[in-house]
Amino acid sequence: MIGYETILGIVLLLALTFYALMGGADFGAGVWHLLARGSTRRDQHRLIGEAIGPIWEANHVWLILVVTILFTAFPPAYAQVSITLHIPLTLLLIGIVLRGSAYAFRHYDVKDDDVHLRWDQLFAASSLISPVLLGIILGSVTAGHFPVNPESFYEGFVAPWIQPFPLVMGLFTLVLFTYLAATYLILETQDEKLQELFRKRAIASVLIAGVLEELVMLLGKTGAPRLWGELSNSVWGGILQIGVGSLTLLAIGLLFTRQYWWARTCAIVQVTITILAWGVAQSPYLVPPYLTIFNASSPEVTLRLIVIALFTGALLLFPSLFYLFRVFKGGRLFEVSKKADG
Amino acid sequence: MSNLLAARSLMAMSLGFHIIFAIIGVAMPLMMVIAEWRWLKTGNEVYLTIAKRWAKGTAIFFAIGAVTGTVLSFQLGLLWPKFMEFAGPIIGLAFSIEGFAFFTEAIFLGIYLYGWRKVSPRAHLAAGGVVALSGITSGVVVVLANGWMNTPRGFTMIDGLPANIDPIAALLNPSGVLQALHMITAAFAATGFAVAGIHAFLLLRQPDNTFHQGALKIALAVGCISALFQPLNGDFLAKQVAEYQPIKLAAFEGQVHTQNGAPFRLGGIWDSEKEAFDYILEIPYALSLMLHMDPHGQVIGLKDFPKEHWPPIGVVRTAFQIMVLIGVIMMALALWAAWLTFKTKNLFQSRMFLKALVLSIPLGFIATEMGWVATEVGRQPWVVVGYLKTAQAVTPMPGISISLIFFAGLYAFLAAIVVWLMWRHVAATPTQFEMAHPSDEGEFK
Repeated sequence: MIGYETILGIVLLLALTFYALMGGADFGAGVWHLLARGSTRRDQHRLIGEAIGPIWEANHVWLILVVTILFTAFPPAYAQVSITLHIPLTLLLIGIVLRGSAYAFRHYDVKDDDVHLRWDQLFAASSLISPVLLGIILGSVTAGHFPVNPESFYEGFVAPWIQPFPLVMGLFTLVLFTYLAATYLILETQDEKLQELFRKRAIASVLIAGVLEELVMLLGKTGAPRLWGELSNSVWGGILQIGVGSLTLLAIGLLFTRQYWWARTCAIVQVTITILAWGVAQSPYLVPPYLTIFNASSPEVTLRLIVIALFTGALLLFPSLFYLFRVFKGGRLFEVSKKADG
Repeated sequence: MSNLLAARSLMAMSLGFHIIFAIIGVAMPLMMVIAEWRWLKTGNEVYLTIAKRWAKGTAIFFAIGAVTGTVLSFQLGLLWPKFMEFAGPIIGLAFSIEGFAFFTEAIFLGIYLYGWRKVSPRAHLAAGGVVALSGITSGVVVVLANGWMNTPRGFTMIDGLPANIDPIAALLNPSGVLQALHMITAAFAATGFAVAGIHAFLLLRQPDNTFHQGALKIALAVGCISALFQPLNGDFLAKQVAEYQPIKLAAFEGQVHTQNGAPFRLGGIWDSEKEAFDYILEIPYALSLMLHMDPHGQVIGLKDFPKEHWPPIGVVRTAFQIMVLIGVIMMALALWAAWLTFKTKNLFQSRMFLKALVLSIPLGFIATEMGWVATEVGRQPWVVVGYLKTAQAVTPMPGISISLIFFAGLYAFLAAIVVWLMWRHVAATPTQFEMAHPSDEGEFK
């Protein structure tokens, strides 16, 4: 029987994965909004706006779930992360606020005029910075070694995240999200021009993501030795690296042969495996080398009640989410598209 | 500005800003569902137009409410890490439940806003109902958590650490339930009156517009019922505060010395040197009567407590008095509305009443903010009453005043844009002609 700490650690990791797959892709779509060029620029913007419209608020809640589980089940870790990473967390919040507000201002207005271009720009720019900050925060937590009694402001609140490893994690997160978004967007449109465009973008972003992933590993050797050690010195780590590498090649092949449904599935599997592998390599640490899911957990009665609340909540949540995606993403989500092969 | 004061100001500002969007997000879905239900029942297209227009306006408030709520879930830790470390195991469960309620709300809101043609009318109405219910649930659990800060339960302190934790007992603390009832009622009263006021403003210009007549009826009904109920549950809450937080009640009511047969006091300016109020009006025995149903009942005064445990008296009392005054005005407006409806049978002919409604637009929001100032500043110097002082909970991160300035600018910017967008909504009000030819408006392209 595994303990409540482990169950909640797994739930935390799964919630983060769902956030990346759903909320992350929404951020990625915002980045493609920013990069839209050429004669189809307006069509790209419309496609992106429509694709995320009904779902972005629900997708965003995964992040809230991560935060609430963290502060209920592992309060010392939440407190420590909040103190040391105060600056990037605050910047992330500003990004989240501006992204959501700009989207609402643009799409829930009664008129349609030039001011909407400004909201679009704000939406796109904040979609670019938020994932970088999220990656920086995860990277700093991976590296760990948060100062307990810092001697200076820099040492206590800046040095833990201004490091090559977290910064590259930030870029990696950004590119991963744009890759997800590109593979999703191909299936959101029937327009072949747009499909071709996002196909090329998906290929470009998966290649860059592959390079950045290697860079993360390389910098991890000194920047996050625990993670590096787990991934490079174990059998499962080796299998995993080969697995992610071959999935990258597979994704490129599927994109080249225009098997879009499978390409998207491949992208989802890649991102899921990457995050789960990170989680397994990190475990049992929340913030290495001091805080683990065991020594930073709440008393058992609290953990038991959260587990009950989470499982009851999941019984409501997953059918509701399925319904939401069924209504708005319908065939594109659940059937292998016949058209895409032609 | 000290770091503690900056952190308190930033928290107050974030909460104060979020609350406006939160209460609109809690109350509007019920009104949209009533309008849509009227449409399904009567077949009158005007009600469909009302539901769609309201939905479109509300979508903006939802989005801002969601992102500012996210800010709060992080700021609790960013500003008060020691509080969260203390409170997380005991009351964090409330936020886990809130997380799911918020999830349900966001999912069905997506269906409600974008699904007019994608799901059946019944399924659409049901989606609206789920949004309304989950919004209320979110509000209730968050206020239960706040109630726990006022009357902490569900743990014992052993060697300076909380032990014997019982999260259910913490959730069902004595303050929480009545506070939640008071807050949800406030949401409906404030939003109902504000929306009624906007439609009253437009009815003054276009007296025969059936769109505004229908909208005003629904909004006013919701606002009035809540405004009549609110003083009653406010009274229950005051009795409860008198029992469990006597020092806070003393600050509310300006009770300096413990007294049998205490008067109800109106107005007054707190003089912290003299430790007394100037210019105060007294209604003999009224406070004892209200709190204990006995004109000679005892009301505990501030002087019974050590001075370092006093909240800032002037702020708390002023905020409380403004809240009560507005509550009385809104109750009077509700009675006026009832009289017009049942006696003269025509609500829309009294221009004086419509003008009064226009003036009442901000009232409910001001009262809600003042209520929160009264209860939150009235909780000081504690963050968890009796266990953890606010000063002990603040982050060691210096320079919070920079965050404060930045967020002040951000919120001012968002507020200005929302006001401007709402003005555009109001200016784009449908005419009688558009009413006869309902289009796809309200659906997002």
